[in-house]
Amino acid sequence: MKRVVESKEVAGQSPNYLLAKFQDLVDWAVNSSRANSLWPMPFGTACCAIEFMATAASRYDFARFGMERQAFSPRQADVLICAGRLPFKLAPVIRRIYDQMPQPKWVISMGACASTGGIFDNYAMVQGIDTIVPVDVYVPGCPPRPEGLLYGVLLLHKKIKGESLFDAERRRDEQPLDEKGLRLSPAEIDEVSEPFGNSVHQFRSS
Amino acid sequence: MIPGGLREEVARDGETIVFVAPERLLEVMTWLKETPGQEFDYLVDITAVEFRDRERPLQVVWFLRSLTRRADLRVKVELDAAAELAVDSVWGLWHGADWLEREVYDMFGIAFRGHPDLRRILMWETYAEGFPLRKDFPLRGRFSRAEQVRQALNANPEAHYSLDELSIADAWGDIPDDMRERLKRGERGTVPE
Repeated sequence: MKRVVESKEVAGQSPNYLLAKFQDLVDWAVNSSRANSLWPMPFGTACCAIEFMATAASRYDFARFGMERQAFSPRQADVLICAGRLPFKLAPVIRRIYDQMPQPKWVISMGACASTGGIFDNYAMVQGIDTIVPVDVYVPGCPPRPEGLLYGVLLLHKKIKGESLFDAERRRDEQPLDEKGLRLSPAEIDEVSEPFGNSVHQFRSS
Repeated sequence: MIPGGLREEVARDGETIVFVAPERLLEVMTWLKETPGQEFDYLVDITAVEFRDRERPLQVVWFLRSLTRRADLRVKVELDAAAELAVDSVWGLWHGADWLEREVYDMFGIAFRGHPDLRRILMWETYAEGFPLRKDFPLRGRFSRAEQVRQALNANPEAHYSLDELSIADAWGDIPDDMRERLKRGERGTVPE
């Protein structure tokens, strides 16, 4: 409750009253309940999914952060965790899963391949799932350790708690595809898919 | 030398490689499978090789194994890259060749005459950029990333699977009616405008 307008304390006791804007109170209640009970939809395609499973298992246990129920149906999920590389063949699949999730929904891009294409700068691989679905948190690593994913989840909590139902800029709206069936403009897709690092110098398959 | 072989080589690991003329492939393969003393009853893999030297012909390689004799053999056919890339399918001898030949077709564009269902297997069927493992194929594909994303997002995921594959998966009774209708019509999806 950072937006408390006024509180009165009597010495030695808890506050007798708090005064806050009604909208802030509603946002606080809604966002805390959303953030503290995120149901993840695992979309595991590669080795990151192994680390994801480790995060879900008893040693790291993201149930501690309210994610104890993994929703293997997108219709009961809040956060889509793309763990692993995404080939173009799977792009319409993840987009359909994302569209099937009810609002509000968030996306965590787990690992280098999901975030940027990683080492797979080739003909078959989506160069970052943000060209397909809007991404809230990118977790770097190849694969990220479970602590990394947990940190990403905590960042997502923070982001959710900063949202607002009343403020249009901080409200979470549906992000549909445009009439060409794209999420970003072609120029933006080309820009984020640019080769970087070692793959700058690789152009041929031979 | 087996009958029908052009020449033989010994691979680095000691296996015998037999080069066969493309037009005699089926005859040689039938002989290898059915002759007592040969009995190559198991087709391990089919693959192809294109060399960096563009003048060298492409090779299609069949890895055979005789489970009873515990013997291995590689059969190779050389195809001139400038000519039509086609060889006979060995599906009639080993049904396991079905998906192996589809993969070689998908990656190299080598057609297998007599294959029952020669479609792409790894890439989707409306993939229009060519054959990825050929040396003249650019590493990142021929289209721009934006065009690749656009075609991918406009693809129909159900069109990746054939009627047969879905019925093998026992999904035939479970899939929605409209999807079943589309599959019955053999609709494969088109390259979006």
